[in-house]
Amino acid sequence: MNEDYREMWKALGLDLAAHDALLDVLGKGYKDIYMEQENRPAGMKYFDFVISQVHGLRIKELLDGKAKGRKVIGAFCVFVPEEIVLAADAVMVGLCTGADFATDEVERVLPRNTCSLIKSAFGFKLGKVCPYIESADMIVGENTCDGKKKSHEILKDLVSNLYVMDLPQVKSSQGRALLKAEYMRFKKTLEELTGIEIDAQRLKRGIELVNNKRKAIHRLSSLRKTDPVPISGLDALLINQVYFYDDPIRFTSSVNEIADELEKRIENKEGVAEQGSPRILISGCPMAVPNWKLPWIIETSGGVIVGEESCVGERGTRHLIESRGKTVDELIDSLVERYFKIDCAIFTPNYERITHITEMYKQYNADGVIHYCLNFCQPYLVESMQVEKALEDKGIPVLRVDTDYSMEDIGQLRTRVEAFIEQIK
Amino acid sequence: MELVVLENGKIDITMQADSGFDPLARAMKLLEGVEYDHMVATGYGRQLARVHMGAETVTEIKAYAFGARFLFPEARAILDVGGQDSKAIALNEAGKIVKFEMNDKCAAGTGRFLEVMAQSLGYDLNEMGEQALNAKNSVNINSMCTVFAESEVISLVTRGHDRRDVALGLHKAIARRCAGMLRRVMRTGPLVFAGGVAQNQCMVALMSEFLGQKPLVPKDPQMVGAIGAALIGSKNY
Repeated sequence: MNEDYREMWKALGLDLAAHDALLDVLGKGYKDIYMEQENRPAGMKYFDFVISQVHGLRIKELLDGKAKGRKVIGAFCVFVPEEIVLAADAVMVGLCTGADFATDEVERVLPRNTCSLIKSAFGFKLGKVCPYIESADMIVGENTCDGKKKSHEILKDLVSNLYVMDLPQVKSSQGRALLKAEYMRFKKTLEELTGIEIDAQRLKRGIELVNNKRKAIHRLSSLRKTDPVPISGLDALLINQVYFYDDPIRFTSSVNEIADELEKRIENKEGVAEQGSPRILISGCPMAVPNWKLPWIIETSGGVIVGEESCVGERGTRHLIESRGKTVDELIDSLVERYFKIDCAIFTPNYERITHITEMYKQYNADGVIHYCLNFCQPYLVESMQVEKALEDKGIPVLRVDTDYSMEDIGQLRTRVEAFIEQIK
Repeated sequence: MELVVLENGKIDITMQADSGFDPLARAMKLLEGVEYDHMVATGYGRQLARVHMGAETVTEIKAYAFGARFLFPEARAILDVGGQDSKAIALNEAGKIVKFEMNDKCAAGTGRFLEVMAQSLGYDLNEMGEQALNAKNSVNINSMCTVFAESEVISLVTRGHDRRDVALGLHKAIARRCAGMLRRVMRTGPLVFAGGVAQNQCMVALMSEFLGQKPLVPKDPQMVGAIGAALIGSKNY
């Protein structure tokens, strides 16, 4: 099927041989990890299809839209408000950051001890294998951690359209003002790019679409509180990953459809793991496609993942926008209100995150927390010490796992995870 | 690799063999003529034993916890320093694992480190610990990376340092690392020192010194994991 898209990829400037190799690895990994799972909900067929077409049909849709003037905005981070993008009749897509690629090339421009996520973003660009970054009319880099901030200085010479969004690091009134100023500047930039003036009505529509998307995810998440759990953590993670790529309306209805199915499963006490299986909450760094290593290890070691305290997960999706406002300014305020609550480790202090992890542990009836960090991700690594201590003080078992995108440590990780599952059983 | 057979809750057979390059064949050989009702495998090769020999599997962490509590019912923490990795495990009063840490990323802080260093110093592995106990001074070793430490050792010896002093420095380096790992998990109570490295008297002495308590060392410290695995297996049979 992908044969049909070769001309499209070529036109985007992809390196076809390298891209074939990437799709091969992705396809094989998906088959081994996803298709080997038993008793998957039928509704996952849609998400399997999206992944199979993630570089094909979806890109074609974006390019068809572009031909009609619909701009594509690529972003890396959950602080970029999709509401404003949609209000400008543009499309927002997450950029690929979940696999090692062209590492030799990357290490010519970035230090070796940079986190996998940043390296991956560069690898996909330098290796010419990401159709999203090549389709984007504007790439939004956010000033989150120091690694990201400093790497933008290098990325801006590799792409022609990098827009850097500044972000606060302290939850103060000045921080809030900065976020608002940045969202206003982002709105203005999008208006210039698209030629569309974003009025209150457009903004309300954007808010409604994204709220619906988040509501669907909330509904899905709440169904994971039951025992036996009706959907695997791997599948739920995949849905959370597809969140960043798919058309928002289609995505919302697909998530609601699978939620309908899961409700029936719960009625019939049907699950993907036996009742009483050890329930794990994952907390920490984001897991972008195709970074499925740790969830795969957990769910093939007898555990089942019931929630993700992560940007690709509940940290990214948890709050809705309360849009009581009538004017653009009031609506932007309500956006700021919502996004300012994100408890990312770039904030200091960030105690809300510990509260949220504890709440999730209780709400999802978890038996233990696996705290996952990418090597060299300073904010989350430092915070992992506080998280560990706070949870242990409450008698919640925690396993800290620091890793990267390589497969070298699978054996060791499996031993740790198995031992943790034995511990909490 | 180690083999333990339990009979009516008592240790009946203990055997040991080098895992070599074909651990499955070695394991088969070790089992020749041995009768058993049920087998549990632990350690890095546990999956191999599961697939080819139908063994139940448990992790080393759980196996060491069970083995240590069997030998020392008062144990509240375990330090296992083996050939491949080292681990620290904390237990609650009932013997349940509450926390563990593993050093499994590199050879630093494992038996392998001592093995390589013994070779550089021209000692037998067993001899090195005894010789280190006779050291007059200790030479500070800066590298924990096995490869870099080896060059450091060679350079120290060529500069005329007594190799016993270097050996003591090496033991201190690894003991400090193990003590650090243990402190991250351990809260209280008697410590069991297990794994092949616990046979090294210098390591035992240094652990006592660094932790301020004398660790409990079983007669065959390398057998603790296998004993624990056998105990776990005997529960259901």
